[in-house]
Amino acid sequence: MTLRPALLALAFLLSVAAPAAHAQSGSALTLTPAVQIEPLDLNTILHGSAAKPLILQVGSKVLFAESHIPGAEFFGPAAPSDALAQRVAKLPRTTAIVLYCGCCPWERCPNIAPAFQKLQALGFTNVKVLHIAQNFGQDWAQKGYPVEPAH
Amino acid sequence: MPHLSRSLLFFLLLIPAPKPAPDFSRTALDGTPIRLSALRGQVILLNFWATWCGPCQEEMPRFVQWQQAYGSQGLRVLGVSMDDDATPVRALAPKMHWNYPILMGDARLGRLYGGVLGLPVTYLIDRRGRIRARLEGATDLPALEARIRALLAEPAPK
Repeated sequence: MTLRPALLALAFLLSVAAPAAHAQSGSALTLTPAVQIEPLDLNTILHGSAAKPLILQVGSKVLFAESHIPGAEFFGPAAPSDALAQRVAKLPRTTAIVLYCGCCPWERCPNIAPAFQKLQALGFTNVKVLHIAQNFGQDWAQKGYPVEPAH
Repeated sequence: MPHLSRSLLFFLLLIPAPKPAPDFSRTALDGTPIRLSALRGQVILLNFWATWCGPCQEEMPRFVQWQQAYGSQGLRVLGVSMDDDATPVRALAPKMHWNYPILMGDARLGRLYGGVLGLPVTYLIDRRGRIRARLEGATDLPALEARIRALLAEPAPK
């Protein structure tokens, strides 16, 4: 490998790692792209024939009641503190799980990273977070992706 | 009818008319009963927010300023908290110095207002009770203030 491509590769890696390195613990910015899934891709999975992941909404209970991804379960801050751990206690640690919030812009979300870290600490190795850039309305519901209650 | 007039009429017909703001009744945290339709004649800034929403808390001090500055001209700010319960909202009150009613929202009110699926969401309602703007996310506050001033300049319904 010549020097220039190597430097470009290093610069790319640093540009991806830098935000996470400076992000505060608990910030969504600590969640690297490797653990994220885009709404388009989750929607594709939901419409496919393969097994669906366990989907957990970890944000506002009021917003969950208003609208959520079909089949999603609520485990936001309003839930009892040990509810999430109890829900996943008997699941294989390789269970596919998708977490989402969508309360506010990704970089301002106070809920998604703590939930991800909690599942990591419990030993789960196949957890993704739904990358909602602005909010659940704009990045999921208004794109026509499935919701319940139906609009 | 001259061609220009016909074109203008056709264009005007394409512009959707503002829709009436859905009416609702709630009791504010200070015990004041609030009914939106009773505020007809005033300009309403209806702000959906929550204590866990950083951008929401950043813009609310400006709403407090506007309520103070434009209240005599007919501006009424209403804050609708989408928190799961009132406890954190009451805890925030000493910091925010709200001079406008704070109501507790819920899923029903969110759906009534077109789906509040991310915060903040701010509506501007004119003196005739019609929705004139829906703003999602952190707002361009100077632009919002300009829109408020324009609505305040509109005459009250007879």
